[in-house]
Amino acid sequence: MDDRISKTLKSWLRDTPRLALLAALAVVFLLPYAWMLAVSVKPKSEVFSAALSLWPATWHAAENYGQVLREVPVLRYLWNGAVVCALILAFQLAFALPAGYALAKLRFRGSRTLFAFVMLGLLVPAHVPAIALYIAFANAKLLNTYTALVAPFTISVFAIFLFRQFFKALPDDLINAARIDGMNEASIVWRVAVPNAWPAATAFAIFSVVAHWSDLFWPLIVITKGDLYTPALGVLRFHSQEAGDDYGALMAAATLTMAPLVAAFLVAQRRFIEGITMTGIKG
Amino acid sequence: MADAAIHRVAATAAVRAPIGEAAAAWLLTAPAIVAFVLMLLVPTIAVCLLALTDFELGVPTFQFVGLDNFAELMRDRNFAIPVRNTAFFVALVAPLSILMGLVLALLIEANPRGRTFFRAAFFLPVVSLMVAMATAWQYLLHPTIGPVNAILRDLGLATPNWLGSSEWALISIGLISIWENAGFNMVLIMAGLTAIPRELYAAAEIDGARSAWARLRLVTWPLLGPTMLFVVLITTIRAIRTFDTVAALTQGGPNKASELIVYTIYREGFTYLRMGYASAMTVVFLAVVLGLMALQTRLIERRTHYG
Repeated sequence: MDDRISKTLKSWLRDTPRLALLAALAVVFLLPYAWMLAVSVKPKSEVFSAALSLWPATWHAAENYGQVLREVPVLRYLWNGAVVCALILAFQLAFALPAGYALAKLRFRGSRTLFAFVMLGLLVPAHVPAIALYIAFANAKLLNTYTALVAPFTISVFAIFLFRQFFKALPDDLINAARIDGMNEASIVWRVAVPNAWPAATAFAIFSVVAHWSDLFWPLIVITKGDLYTPALGVLRFHSQEAGDDYGALMAAATLTMAPLVAAFLVAQRRFIEGITMTGIKG
Repeated sequence: MADAAIHRVAATAAVRAPIGEAAAAWLLTAPAIVAFVLMLLVPTIAVCLLALTDFELGVPTFQFVGLDNFAELMRDRNFAIPVRNTAFFVALVAPLSILMGLVLALLIEANPRGRTFFRAAFFLPVVSLMVAMATAWQYLLHPTIGPVNAILRDLGLATPNWLGSSEWALISIGLISIWENAGFNMVLIMAGLTAIPRELYAAAEIDGARSAWARLRLVTWPLLGPTMLFVVLITTIRAIRTFDTVAALTQGGPNKASELIVYTIYREGFTYLRMGYASAMTVVFLAVVLGLMALQTRLIERRTHYG
């Protein structure tokens, strides 16, 4: 018994330098979050005087968060972000799942060419077509619409690539059995292939939502009307126009817009990490 | 494997009508093809063509100017500075965030104790809204009321104006990027580490690799090669595309000291609306991204095979 305890103790002791180093690094990495939360509940006077104390002397959370919710339609931004991410993901899946299936399991002339275009598309950063898309949307009077926010991202060559790889591993017997049962290819996609593709689809969904929730470049270009701001654009505008040096309110706004994704990450940590790393190629 | 696949496909194709299969395939890929052509292919080609014109939004006429835009880019100080800044930025951020990711991954994988907690802590920046975190960093790095300078002041050290001075602005943006990318690289490298078979370490130990360092050098490092290639590629591309922190914190200033190329394209194209000129910048940007990817793939492949 004593032996076991001393063994555990020894293993902890031997592990101490590693744990101490990791803990020190974690503190450094988490500092911005700690201060963001601390400042968001501090009154202005404390923000300017006591930089190094994390805990507020007077609690000012209601004032700061109240001010943000009064002056900025944060809930509206969050709603816009949710709608845009949901629409983008829905289109991406609706377009990429059947295409991935066809490229993986069907034999047809031109499939090699199509796949070459997919690989080519993977190499082009999203900033490249932006100017032409902006001119097109401006001419079609579609700036400041959900359409402008969603349409450019309805196609994800990465999703096609990912689902193609995933469907390739699906047994042919499964698909042939469905064919013998008289199913056509479209219903095979949605009733046989897709139900087997949940791991890949979940991973891609997380990747896509994280990428588009955080995207600033494209919303900044096509949206100038406040009621269509996404969370990223809302924080940027609040930052540059209204808040000035009012760090309490600014940090409250930052906390509110960041909370949904971070909360989701803390709940489903493993899935998030799988999703984002598995799909990291376009991240 | 390819042979087997061909046989299998051929065998099943013989049973079914190939015309029906091809029709189904085109039907299933049609929505993706339409969206790809409209949203990616045509706009990308259009940008390459716009680069050869003096197109400005709002100006009714425009004309073909050949390679004039590119000639102007070569002489334009306002383009040379962001290109130089971006090169410096990538050279700073990519090696340091990869090294940081590698150190974190090796430390965490050395022992399962605390694995989940530490992995989450270092990965958190990846899922955080970058613009929001930029504002937190702005407070941390504030020259007078920020905690970073408060600590430096207590230690009797110099207190730079991190985001407001031309010496430090780009480095500060770089530090934030390292913070953002280290956790991302860490999980990629962790995935690579867990794929290395345990027996190899035992075998190396029997063969005389007694120290942990020797096993790291002889087993971990060579087998991590393909993962590292991937990590280097992704980090370089992520660094070269940095936009959010510049837009939120410095707008490229002071005096262009922290201006990176994507921000220049944004300002030229969408603030000044000089679309033709901004398209030429975009073409150069694309060429650099593609060139870097090709170069890195070749260099690193050579080293992982013969090194």
